[in-house]
Amino acid sequence: MEATYIKAINSALHEEMRRDENVFVMGEDVAELGGAFKATEGLLDAFGEERVIDTPISEALIIGAGVGAAVLGMRPVVEMQFADFISCGFDQIVNTAATLRYRHGGKASCPLVIRAPSGAGVHGALFHSQNPEAWFARVPGLKVVAPATPYDAKGILKSAIRDGNPVVYFEHKRLYRSIKEDLPEGDFTVPIGVAELRKEGGDLSIITYGGTLGQSLDAARIVEKEDGLAVEVLDLRTLLPLDREAILATARKTGKVLVVHEDRLTGGIGGEVSAIIMENAFEYLDGPVRRVAAADAHVAFSPPLEDFILPNTNKVVEAIRSLAAY
Amino acid sequence: MAETNVARGAAVEPAPRVEYELQLYYWMKLIRAFEERVSRLHRQNKILGGVYSGAGQEAIVTGICAPLHDGDFVAPLHRDMGVFIMRGVDPGRLMAQLMGKETGLSRGKDSFLHGGDLEHGVFGSTSMLGSSLPVAVGAALKFKMKKNPNVAVAFFGEGAASRGDVHEAMNFAGVQKLPVVFVCENNRYAYSTPLEKQMAIEDVADRAEAYGFKGHVCSGNDLLAVLELSERQIAKTRAGEGPVLIECKTYRYRGHSEHDAALYRDQEELIEWQSRDPIPRFEFYLEKKGHEIKRIREQIDERVNKTVQAAVDYAESSPLPEPQEALEDLYAPPGTSTSPNSSTNGNR
Repeated sequence: MEATYIKAINSALHEEMRRDENVFVMGEDVAELGGAFKATEGLLDAFGEERVIDTPISEALIIGAGVGAAVLGMRPVVEMQFADFISCGFDQIVNTAATLRYRHGGKASCPLVIRAPSGAGVHGALFHSQNPEAWFARVPGLKVVAPATPYDAKGILKSAIRDGNPVVYFEHKRLYRSIKEDLPEGDFTVPIGVAELRKEGGDLSIITYGGTLGQSLDAARIVEKEDGLAVEVLDLRTLLPLDREAILATARKTGKVLVVHEDRLTGGIGGEVSAIIMENAFEYLDGPVRRVAAADAHVAFSPPLEDFILPNTNKVVEAIRSLAAY
Repeated sequence: MAETNVARGAAVEPAPRVEYELQLYYWMKLIRAFEERVSRLHRQNKILGGVYSGAGQEAIVTGICAPLHDGDFVAPLHRDMGVFIMRGVDPGRLMAQLMGKETGLSRGKDSFLHGGDLEHGVFGSTSMLGSSLPVAVGAALKFKMKKNPNVAVAFFGEGAASRGDVHEAMNFAGVQKLPVVFVCENNRYAYSTPLEKQMAIEDVADRAEAYGFKGHVCSGNDLLAVLELSERQIAKTRAGEGPVLIECKTYRYRGHSEHDAALYRDQEELIEWQSRDPIPRFEFYLEKKGHEIKRIREQIDERVNKTVQAAVDYAESSPLPEPQEALEDLYAPPGTSTSPNSSTNGNR
């Protein structure tokens, strides 16, 4: 079955709700409308209003209530209409949910999934373009995922729903209808915490995730053709916990690493990935770990501004060439 | 057997009610004794960190928790030691929690009342006051979805009433007609900030109407007043009539926490409220009903002191956690699917 990224998310929700009656969906406009992006389309008809719940504009409530239901054994999948709005529920995620098991002496679980449509490149401007994953990727007790393909979108969402911990699931809006993939029939999952090598190569490694996987692969193909460079591309898929082994394996293999993400440079995942490599594979490096990321600005609206701020294939190509020549 | 405690005049009352009232008296005394011992242990440096006494507010937790059933979900606030005790959490484990011991509710991970015990339906709240109200609403949502005959109870102070979480929780509870009971312990001070600087109204309960349910006010220092409201209102909520807000007017005797001398308050005000202490008030009631209060008080004091001493002994003899345990209990291991009471399909 060929599925877009959004369809993959939608079918994961349908299948998990069919599989487990404790799974339910809650958020703004998720029922009648089927979600602002149609991720929850058809769920209301299939499962009824008891399990597909429209809420008021109340992010703290949506997440907090998810926690309350989750500790009693339910498996809520709550939706932030845009990842930008997750800041309104920040406390419930980082203080209530993330510390829950720790402060209950290991005798409580919080199987909660928070879906957050993130990312820029859709003219969303300051409050519909954000990539807030780094706010969460340093909070113990949480898991943070950012799938980049329809297969992973479906398989990781299923794993997140079956996980016993709060999982923040970042889905990139630009990918929703721009990528398609043949998905296997029947149930499959993709493990959380395991990165995936998307392309092998010996000259240089790109480590990326989410919205910039496509740009990284495009750039790798361009330099392969035009410069004869063999670039390896590692898709992190999970940002907490990071797959340290996969990161170090590719760094040791090629000796040159470029981290690419759409989130801002300062304090982004790239800094952590870079530090892991410095601390554990320094002697394998033939150059500095470099980063391609959004400029340290807000994601501005007007196209020349937005283009200037965001990473793109050309910027990745230039960074590859510069690092390869180091 | 109740007759031994009942003198002439009370004999017409059925025995179970008499026993129940004496049990309530015992709870209030135990909670007070526990609170006082904790304050003392804090002065002796045997309990570190923040200690938030609920002394003076015991009638509220006692009156609210008394009619609760097994399987009900309670989110206490940071002063509600009594909730843990009344829900059946072992006082020794509770004391060990306060001392940061391995045997405490959070195995040393958090201080004071942030450790919860979901086996007894007690959710450990965070320091972000009011943030447990959305959680309690989620528990109530589960009860409604699964048709469990249970209620969720969320305690909060009038201070937390100013937080957005409280508004979001109450609004959604009203929309969904959830089985949740909101209990406001209005002790007139948010740390040092008096009521009149917190809100332009006198009663938090007035807000309930705006969320589509009823708000009730009672004296939180009068156990019978709390009980009258809680028994009736919790039963209605349990029967599916939707949320309710019970506001209990009260006063905290000690500072916001033990380090706070509360010099911002008028001494006269404190004395006034101490003269309305819930314990002597209930003793007066019991005495008027024909109980030999002096004897009962002695018996109960002895029981209570034994229980508190046993809790202290247990906690003091418990080991501290090993340093490397700091990295335990962060994540549920694979296959850990549910919480202890998740299979609850009604009363446990």
